[in-house]
Order: sequence, then structure tokens, then C-alpha cells
Amino acid sequence: MQVGLSHYLFLSGILFALGLYGVITRRNAILVLMGIELILNAANINFIAFARYGGMQIDGQMMAVFVIILAAAEAAIALAIVLNIYKQFKTVNVDEINKLKE
Amino acid sequence: MLEQILQSIKYFQPETALVVSFCLIVIADLFLKKRNELTSYLALIAILITAYFLVQQGTVGTQSIFFDMFAIDPFSLFFKAIILTSSFFVILFSIYSKELQGRPKGIGEYNALIIALTLGMFLMTGATNLLMIYLALELSSLTSYILAGYTNEAKDSSEASLKYIIYGALSSGIMLYGISIIYGLTGSLDLNTVHQALVLQSVNQAALIIAGIFIVVGFGYKISAVPFHFWTPDVYEGAPVTITALLSVASKAAGFAMLIRFIKVTFIDPAIGNLGPGMWAVLRGFDWNFVLAVLSVLSMTIGNLVALSQKNLKRLLAYSSIAHAGYMLMGLVVFSNEGIAAVMIYFIIYLFMNLGAFYVIMLVADRIGSENIDDYRGLGYRTPLIGVSMTIFLLSLTGVPPTAGFIGKLYLFSALISAKVFWLAIVGVLNSVVSLYYYVRVLRNMFLRDPQPNAQPLHFSNMEILILLLLVVPTFLLGLYFTPIVEYAQASIGMFGVR
Repeated sequence: MQVGLSHYLFLSGILFALGLYGVITRRNAILVLMGIELILNAANINFIAFARYGGMQIDGQMMAVFVIILAAAEAAIALAIVLNIYKQFKTVNVDEINKLKE
Repeated sequence: MLEQILQSIKYFQPETALVVSFCLIVIADLFLKKRNELTSYLALIAILITAYFLVQQGTVGTQSIFFDMFAIDPFSLFFKAIILTSSFFVILFSIYSKELQGRPKGIGEYNALIIALTLGMFLMTGATNLLMIYLALELSSLTSYILAGYTNEAKDSSEASLKYIIYGALSSGIMLYGISIIYGLTGSLDLNTVHQALVLQSVNQAALIIAGIFIVVGFGYKISAVPFHFWTPDVYEGAPVTITALLSVASKAAGFAMLIRFIKVTFIDPAIGNLGPGMWAVLRGFDWNFVLAVLSVLSMTIGNLVALSQKNLKRLLAYSSIAHAGYMLMGLVVFSNEGIAAVMIYFIIYLFMNLGAFYVIMLVADRIGSENIDDYRGLGYRTPLIGVSMTIFLLSLTGVPPTAGFIGKLYLFSALISAKVFWLAIVGVLNSVVSLYYYVRVLRNMFLRDPQPNAQPLHFSNMEILILLLLVVPTFLLGLYFTPIVEYAQASIGMFGVR
């Protein structure tokens, strides 16, 4: 069996759905952020698969590189924020962090 | 290649000025150490220099630079002016904010980040490539996450930044997935090429609809439209007031600029010519009219109805800003140049009235230590100037004549009526009536209830009053003499790559 575009798209669809599921169901802030990383990587797989099999230009691969860099920047900031949250609240459970809203 | 880059840099001066001043402020912060409040003045100078370069660009017309990544046109210049003005005011506010001054960490990084945020929003207004759109969106989002949590010893602020980054990162991730589908369908990231591909080839409709919805998530989060608004109340309440003010005006303006450009360049069908002048027709495949109308009605209605029961003034204004996103989306729903001009007029007015309202909250919170509406009782007698200014801002937000807010709403509704979208105009008017109730509740507390027995008059420095007047006077005068802003907005709808 030849691995083609549709296999990659299927994989990225699954990754996207898993990421979304993780964000919605997980209560630990770190795990929520991991779900978001999965979504970004799902998009990356799409970009590279389209660039490779769609006969398109290098745009897709370029985009994927930028997304990887941004994901790292985002993770750095998110972890700093979560660290600060832990100092303040002594927990990283997003359900218990609701001082706002009354 | 090198030649085009050199050509492009010539048109990239405002952004370059921001990048250079960002670096300078970071370095100055290291050297100044204890006296790093001076960086505020550096930031103000940086903004004035950027403004000078922007004025210079008023004559270049439309240009596409950096290999069609970025466009310079009257439309982006208009929104850059809005963003720059609000950053200027916000830095002025921060100089007098007790919440920010006198912290051990100082305010140097804060000023540097505001300049970086301004740069991100500048890039959002001109981005004509999906890669650039994503990068600009992330640059402005990442800096806002940090700024929302800048007072990191406060629990509120930390919580605000956590909620902001979770919602923001999720929305931009979903948007990125939508972009990847668009890329797969059309083979390009450049908006003009995507447009060509959508016109010429028949693409898979189901995939296009999914991609469209995913991309709307990203835009909806940035302009805080319902149902992507969940971060707004918490972030607006928890973040420092100055940052809330910046997010509510500049960030929203940048989001709208990006959304309008994205729809207009990518999805407008030039072939349909039998519409009236200035009217647009959307390409088949994704019904933007319907999606925007739904977002608009939901944002207005939910924003206004939830605002009715709020006790914290910042939170109340957060819901009010969601409702205002709904009003402004009405201008997009009509898909005409008149509607876009109305949105732009509204933004000029919104800039003054909303910044003003947040400024009053900041001044009062610094003195009485509370943002609760009940603690505003009798404030009109304790400080008549603040009371009267807040009255003007809130009446303007409602849209009562003769304040500027009325003119903004007038143009929005007249755009709706000339495009014959009567049902939406009626929903908009009904919502304005609902909003009167909660704005007036604040006014009633300030003027019709007696202050607490031991309440002292509040005192403000001359500079603080001057800044307040800089916001009150336009809010009032633009309601009486509005021809210049209307003409400026109508002259600024020209966009690169759109006939």
C-alpha cells in the first residue's frame, strides 16, 4: 500500500480531534497546553503533506517552520504563566482557578 | 530579490521605528534600573516618531511590499492611526497608574511590551498573506498574554493571563488548522492568489466551509465576538486597567482590520456587477453574510443582557465591549463600502469614549481602591469633574445625542438601512435601549445616591485632569462637529488588491 496524501490528512484530523478533546476534558493547565500543541502539530502535518503531495510551492514547509518557532515561544510564555499561577494558587487545576467571576 | 527588499524597507519605516524603539527601551530598562519609569517617556517619543513616519506614508497610495506579504494602503494607515493613538494614551495612563508604578519590578518591560504589541497590531492591519496574518496575530497575542498578567503578584492578574493564553492559543490553533485547509484547497497562502483560485477552480465546498468556520474562530476571538468571548470578562476584569483599555480598543481595531481585509480580498466576487455602487457580492461556498450576522446578533444580545447583572465596573465594560463588537459587526454584515466606512467612523469615536471610561475607572480605583459599582455612590458629588466626564463617556457608549457615540451609531444604522437590512437594524436599536439600563445604573449611583458619610473629596493632579480633558472634549465635540472624521474614514476605505 502506498502512503499518500489522504493518510496524512487522516492522521492530522485525528491529532486535531485528540488535541481538542484534550483541551476540553483535561483540568490540568499543563495538559490543556499539551492539547493545544497537538492542534498546532496537526496543522503542521497538513501544511507539509499538502506541500509534498499537492505539487505546491515551498510555502507549506515554510509555514510549518514558523509555526514550530511560534509554538515554542507560546509554550515558553504559557509555562511562565502557569508557574506564576502555581505560586499564587498552589494548584494548576484550571477549575480551581476562578477567583474572578464573583 | 534584494532590490525588492530594499524597496520594501522604504515603506516599512513606521514598523522599523517600533522595532528599534522596542530594543532601545529594553536596553534603557537595564541601564536605568531603579529609575525605569523614564522608559515611559521613551515610549511616548517612539510613538511620536512612528506617527511622523505614518503621516509621511499618507501620500504613497497603495503599495504591496515584501513579496506580497504586507500592504500599505489608506485602509491600513487609518487603523494604524487608531492603534497608535490608543497606545499613546495607554502609556500616558500608565505613568499615572498606581497599580503599575512603584512595583519592585518597575515599568520598563511593560513599556517595551506595549511597543511590541503595537508592532503586532500594525502588522495585523496590513497582512495580505495567511502566514503574515498568523504571525501578526501571534505577535500581538503573545505580548497581550504577558501584559494581562503583568502585575504578577496579584491573583486576579495571574488568573487573567492564564485564561487568556488558554483561550487565545486554542483559538489561534484552530484558525491555523483552517488556514492549512485553505492552503490545501487553493495551493497558496497569498490572499490574492487564494482569491483567484477560489474564483477559477471549483474547490470542495464542504472543506471550504469547515476552513471558513475554523478561521472565523481566530478572528472572533480577537474581536471578542460571541461565542468566542469567554476570555473577555475575566481578562478585562483581572488585567491592569490600562491593558484592559488597550485590549478593548486597539486589539479590537486590529482584529477588525484583519477580518475586513481577509473577507474583502479573498471572498468578494468581482464578476457580479449588477449591485449598487460600493456593494459587494460574496463568492459562493462560504456564506459570510450569514455567519457575520449570527455573530453580530449573538454578540450584541448576549453582551448587553449579561452586562445587566454585573457589579464590577470593569466586568460591565467587558460585556459592553462585546456588545460593541456586535454593533461594529453590523457594519460588516451589509457588505458595502458604506458599512465599512461606518465601522471606521465608529472606531474613531469608540477610541475616545472607551479609553475615557477605562481611564476614569483607573483614576477612581487608585483612590478608593474599588471597581465595584456600589462604591461609586455619590461620586458625582465627591468629584464633579470625574462624575460629569464618566456621564459623557457612558452616554456616548449608549449612543445618546449630542455625544459622539450617537454619530457612530447613526452611520452604522444608516448603512444598514440603505442596504435594506432592516431586521438587523431593529435588533441593534433594541439592544441600544437595553444597554441604556446598565449604563444609567452607574450614573444613578454617582448622582442620585448620597456618598457614604465619611467620604472625602478626591484629588487629582493637573496632568491627570489634562489627559481626561483630552478624551472628554473629543467625545463631546465629535458629536457636534463630525464632518472631518466622516470624510477621513470615507477616504480611507481604499485597499490594496481590491477594485
